Amino acid sequence: MTLMKSFLGAAATLALTSGAALADPALIFDLGGKFDKSFNESAYNGAERWAAETGGTYRDVELTSDAQREQALRRFAESGYNPVVMAGFNFATALETVAADFPDTKFAIIDMVVDAPNVKSVVFSEHEGSYLVGVAAAYAAEGDTVSFIGGMDMPLISKFACGYAQGFKSVKPDGTVIVNMTGTTPAAWNDPIKGGELTRAQKAAGSEVVFAAAGGTGLGVLQTAKDEGILAIGVDSNQNYLQPGTVLTSMVKRVDNAVYDAFMQGDALETGFSVMGLSNGGVGVAMDDNNASLMTDEMTAALADAEAKIISGEIVVHDYMSDETCPSY
Amino acid sequence: MQAMPKWADAILIPFISLLLAFILSGLMIMAIGKDPVVAVQTMVQGAFGSTNGLGYTLYYTTNFIFTGLAIAVAYQARLFNIGGEGQVMLGGVGVALVCLAIDWPHWAIALPAAMIGGAVFGAAWAFIPAYLQAKRGSHIVITTMMFNFIASAFVGYLLINFLKVPGSMSTESAGFPDGAHLPNFHDMLAPFGIEFSANSPANIAFLIALLAAVGFWVLIWKTRLGFEIRSFGASETAAKYAGINPVRITIIAMLISGALCGLMAINNVMGEAERLIDNAPEGAGFIGIAVALMGRNHPIGIVLAALLFGFLVQGGAELNLWESIPRELVMVIQGLVILFTGALDNMVRRPLEKLFLALRKAKEA
Repeated sequence: MTLMKSFLGAAATLALTSGAALADPALIFDLGGKFDKSFNESAYNGAERWAAETGGTYRDVELTSDAQREQALRRFAESGYNPVVMAGFNFATALETVAADFPDTKFAIIDMVVDAPNVKSVVFSEHEGSYLVGVAAAYAAEGDTVSFIGGMDMPLISKFACGYAQGFKSVKPDGTVIVNMTGTTPAAWNDPIKGGELTRAQKAAGSEVVFAAAGGTGLGVLQTAKDEGILAIGVDSNQNYLQPGTVLTSMVKRVDNAVYDAFMQGDALETGFSVMGLSNGGVGVAMDDNNASLMTDEMTAALADAEAKIISGEIVVHDYMSDETCPSY
Repeated sequence: MQAMPKWADAILIPFISLLLAFILSGLMIMAIGKDPVVAVQTMVQGAFGSTNGLGYTLYYTTNFIFTGLAIAVAYQARLFNIGGEGQVMLGGVGVALVCLAIDWPHWAIALPAAMIGGAVFGAAWAFIPAYLQAKRGSHIVITTMMFNFIASAFVGYLLINFLKVPGSMSTESAGFPDGAHLPNFHDMLAPFGIEFSANSPANIAFLIALLAAVGFWVLIWKTRLGFEIRSFGASETAAKYAGINPVRITIIAMLISGALCGLMAINNVMGEAERLIDNAPEGAGFIGIAVALMGRNHPIGIVLAALLFGFLVQGGAELNLWESIPRELVMVIQGLVILFTGALDNMVRRPLEKLFLALRKAKEA
């Protein structure tokens, strides 16, 4: 009888503890992995910030195969995690099916729009942030040539390139923007050697500032730009500290804020479509001690002016992904 | 004279090797401060404890049966096909092109067509290294390996420039029509009153993989071509002397190997993703090498080894999900299994052989 009682007691405790876990949020990283010094790591930092501030716990998983996307979503939703946040546009297809099966669970997807009543879609206005660093590049360059190095050749990265070119040409309309993509496969995100080679080639073609939107490949770009004595611009996280003095600035994309906000709202997550742009701190230009000497007053003023005009709508930066064309290159 | 009875060679050695690999893995799990017993429970429960988990395990198993058989066919002719990954990728292109070509009325018509598409593309990709080996003597290990990179770049190019849905960011083709939807285990078992998870990816391709295993056995041990392949593998000069054309056998063995790799695409591309994604094989072409090695190039061994690796992939995902054991460590466990069952084979074999010899001597005395 007492044995039975302790069993029941244990079962009850188990039920209680699993009940306590019910409201915990969960985060799913994309195939790149948690510590990629870029997109996923930014998401991780947001979750960690939430955990540190609230003392809460969350569950996360790093995928190894595409079939695991739906599996992980379903397992988290089944086990009562709410909200379930996923970093990356590749989750769209899986989320569409899973969201319909779990109407009481809230989901948040970053970098993609999924139209379902229980899904929050967070996208970033990368073209606006890129426009600003394009303006900065135009002021930093003495001549009229700057360049861009993308990771994998896909519309999202062209969106960065196109915003950058527009910003540059708003200052130097007759200038040249050299655009190179590292590759066509996901390996292009992690090829610092090739990033360095492209940087050297672009410098030979006259480029004075190179903007890298290329994940791990960008680390090679930043390094080579320093070796070759030209300026570089970082991306996603603030990368100014990586090569202090030669990184002009970084186009930051606050994925961490998106994750942090979703976790903060918990199961009361506000669903729908949300754009994180210049006006709400979703993208921006990184300023710190490492690049203070590179940013002239003229440049800072021009950046503030452009930023205000984009927010007010006076300047409309063309979004490459709206029609897959770019007016500036 | 064989030192060991057949059963010891086929069962005892892999079993001991596995045990050693798992003991070492357990120590590694302990070293990062987790409980290895709980880890094993999580893996077994996750891989076999529910029909959903079982469905994932069998889905991965299906992949590995196809690639394992493919590597084994080539290996019977002593050709080391490292290019399974690329051949699976191209097979995926073939399957996708067939599935997207017309609005298929029923899967039973779409499946054979897709199988032909996958097999032809996979075989065509294997043909080039095979030709270079047979005619020019370019080493097949090098060429097939290089062809993986070419395949990856080529498929990426096709996806971005031709197959991608305009305006979409993901490098993936459009979804296949409903008529190309393969029945999964849930659909297949429902008529028999067996409840199987509707959301797991195991599908009818599993049965085709088993059929392929039977076909492999018939081909290698019951046909003239199989005999030629085995003789060529055993000794090229003897085979030539016996009138076997080395060019023909090299190319045919590689074509069959490539076709089997290409067939895998009916499972991952047609059965699971229902669209062509970038890097669809996800390493199955390489795991196939380990599966063939561990399965001793015999279909029964390959099916069992594929099941083991399916268990490791699915159980490993569960470890990552519920035990927060990083995926890198899960890979280490898989690596240890490959190391012990493949590369360190003799470490177990030598002492065992000595043991059996000693036993026999004792008996004779």
